[in-house]
Amino acid sequence: MDFTFDDQQLAFRDAIHKFLMVEAAPEMLREIWETTASGRSAELRAKLADQGLTALSVPEEFGGIGVGDLDWVLVQQELGYFAIPDSLTDSAYLAAHLLNQLPADVTLKREWLPRLAAGKARIAVGHPVNPLVADAALADLLLLWRDDEVHAVTRDQVKLTFNPSIDLSRRLYAVEWSASPATRICPAKLGRTLWADVLDRAALAASAQLLGLAQRMLDLGVDHAAQRKQFGKPVGSFQAVKHHLADVAVKIEFAEPIVHRAACALADNDPQRAVHVSHAKLAAGDAARLAGRKSIQAHGAMGYTWEADLQMYLKRAWALDSAWGDNIFHKSRIDAAVLDQAAAIGPGCTFSSRRA
Amino acid sequence: MRLDYTERQKQFREEIRSWLAANVPSETLPSFDTEQGFEAHRRWEATLSEGRWSAVTWPREYGGRGCDLIEWLIFEEEYWRAGAPLRVNQNGVFLLAPTLMEYGSDEQKARFLPRMAAGQDIWAQGWSEPGAGSDMAAIRSKAVRDGDHYVINGQKTWSTRAVWADWLFGMFRTDPTSSRHHGLTFILLPLNLPGITIRPIKQLNGLPGFAEIFFDNVRVPVVNRLGDEGAGWSVAMATAGFERGLMLRSPARFQQTARNLVALYQQHRDRVDADPGIREAVLKSWMDAEAYTLATYRTACRLGKGAKIGAEASTNKIFWSELDLLMHETAMRILGPYGELMPEASASPYSDHWLDGFLFAQAGPIYAGTNEIQRNIIAERMLGLPRS
Repeated sequence: MDFTFDDQQLAFRDAIHKFLMVEAAPEMLREIWETTASGRSAELRAKLADQGLTALSVPEEFGGIGVGDLDWVLVQQELGYFAIPDSLTDSAYLAAHLLNQLPADVTLKREWLPRLAAGKARIAVGHPVNPLVADAALADLLLLWRDDEVHAVTRDQVKLTFNPSIDLSRRLYAVEWSASPATRICPAKLGRTLWADVLDRAALAASAQLLGLAQRMLDLGVDHAAQRKQFGKPVGSFQAVKHHLADVAVKIEFAEPIVHRAACALADNDPQRAVHVSHAKLAAGDAARLAGRKSIQAHGAMGYTWEADLQMYLKRAWALDSAWGDNIFHKSRIDAAVLDQAAAIGPGCTFSSRRA
Repeated sequence: MRLDYTERQKQFREEIRSWLAANVPSETLPSFDTEQGFEAHRRWEATLSEGRWSAVTWPREYGGRGCDLIEWLIFEEEYWRAGAPLRVNQNGVFLLAPTLMEYGSDEQKARFLPRMAAGQDIWAQGWSEPGAGSDMAAIRSKAVRDGDHYVINGQKTWSTRAVWADWLFGMFRTDPTSSRHHGLTFILLPLNLPGITIRPIKQLNGLPGFAEIFFDNVRVPVVNRLGDEGAGWSVAMATAGFERGLMLRSPARFQQTARNLVALYQQHRDRVDADPGIREAVLKSWMDAEAYTLATYRTACRLGKGAKIGAEASTNKIFWSELDLLMHETAMRILGPYGELMPEASASPYSDHWLDGFLFAQAGPIYAGTNEIQRNIIAERMLGLPRS
């Protein structure tokens, strides 16, 4: 039993944090949000690739680093904390994982994995749990679901309709396309498992980002409350304000181990991983929603403006909370697991997937 | 990160499980807040001690097994799973003992710990006073040095288990010119000394779970002092830290309640589902009990690698006390008009009895530092917000 990360994992996380502190400051985010049509920065993508982020999931034989979910989960928290406006996760974590798991034919792997690792390709992922596909217009390749099969189509094979969202950290598209034997890269039998894996990894990534966002919104609320004075003192010295923010700290403290356990469950291929991921998504979503609400309150009227940085993190959190399975979806998976008469629950069952 | 048990840990679980199966009383003991129940629970402590299970984390020389925190968590899981009696000596074993190990002399450890482990001495705590509740530094009870004795005068209150306990640990003002957290001293004393008057206080359930204690020129030998004279605050803070932290409320307790709540819901879901909020609360109870377990395992692993418990102890206290309230309130919603009935009432169709736990849950956000005090600690020490 070792519920800690190793020094190398923590050091990598710290390095990414320092890097993003410089490269992904709120002013930079705001500029991308407000001035670019795609909401994307090629420069940032190149820098992220320099840090090795695009190579994490790509095996060494294809030019990557080949690390797993436990390394990713810490990185995802940082991506959330800095609201990274990029399709990094879809390409470097989800698509890389999906391509890796494909049956023996390695043509696609050879074609795409080295480019992914080098940060020179973007791949969008279309799963039926999401009605729209994020950043499809920028994707060099789209991996799409059709009746549990996996299809690979290039951008010139799809018709895209832009659907504006309040969260400008990615652009959402409705995708029209035709499936054919030529586009199919995996049959339904295996595809069902692969898509389930993609969903769980995507939901884990969203959970970790939500945690990072919750922490960022808490930090912004604390900063504002410590500086803003009313009645001759900082508003953060009043208990009513303190207690709002303390409640957020409690939520984060107890959501984080759930997210880390879910990452461990995916890495170990634990039979209960889907339940652990859903628990993580619900807990991290709760923490992020509370952090958003309390941080707006701590900001006062400034919290309701476009000018305050809070809005970017807030909108990202609201969007992610319902991406890759909304609360209804994840709660129903918890419901089925806990209320199953054969479920082993109670003291001693937390780390055991045995059935009663 | 590896989230599974070693073979040794699995064997340890089997060992405690089979011992409990053979030794846990089949009938629930009467409440330890009755005279008869107190003695029954004292005997249970002695039985636990004979099996060397009463204080598993202590060193062997004092009656423990030298278990690490993961083994302690496993012990607690099996203990709650088996429905074993509540621990009448928890103030001693879980709160005082860690402080004794840290600040006590070898002589004091040898004198107090083995008797505590065996249930021969049951301990009560003496922190609060009429004017010192959340504001513990306002303690006024005095201990004046007279040769090799302290002479104690004053009053303690909300003293848990003090009605039938043998010993008290508490804090007294030894420097009459001092104020706040200066000049306080941590003292251990037997409750049968001349000059001590104990007045039981009935709790919400009608039983005398705590007491007021009056001190009238009570003479206590100086050798009963724990730590240095005047250093009581830092000694006591170590105890309060442990109390808020791991030892007092192991996750297994809440997991057991969550499991019982799921079972109660399952049994009555046809009727209960007409109020959709109940199902939501049942699921949240399970999720939060799991969250508390995961967070505790994580803390235990961090402590095992040399980390210290910091302000996160305050987040613990808030989390488990609110979870305990949620679970018991939800059970009462399911029980409806039968929830208010006492165990001896004959009309109830329900075999589950939730009222005691529901009443006790009301105290959770208050004792061991109110949740408002915990939120202040989190805001000021974890988040760095300015003091008011």
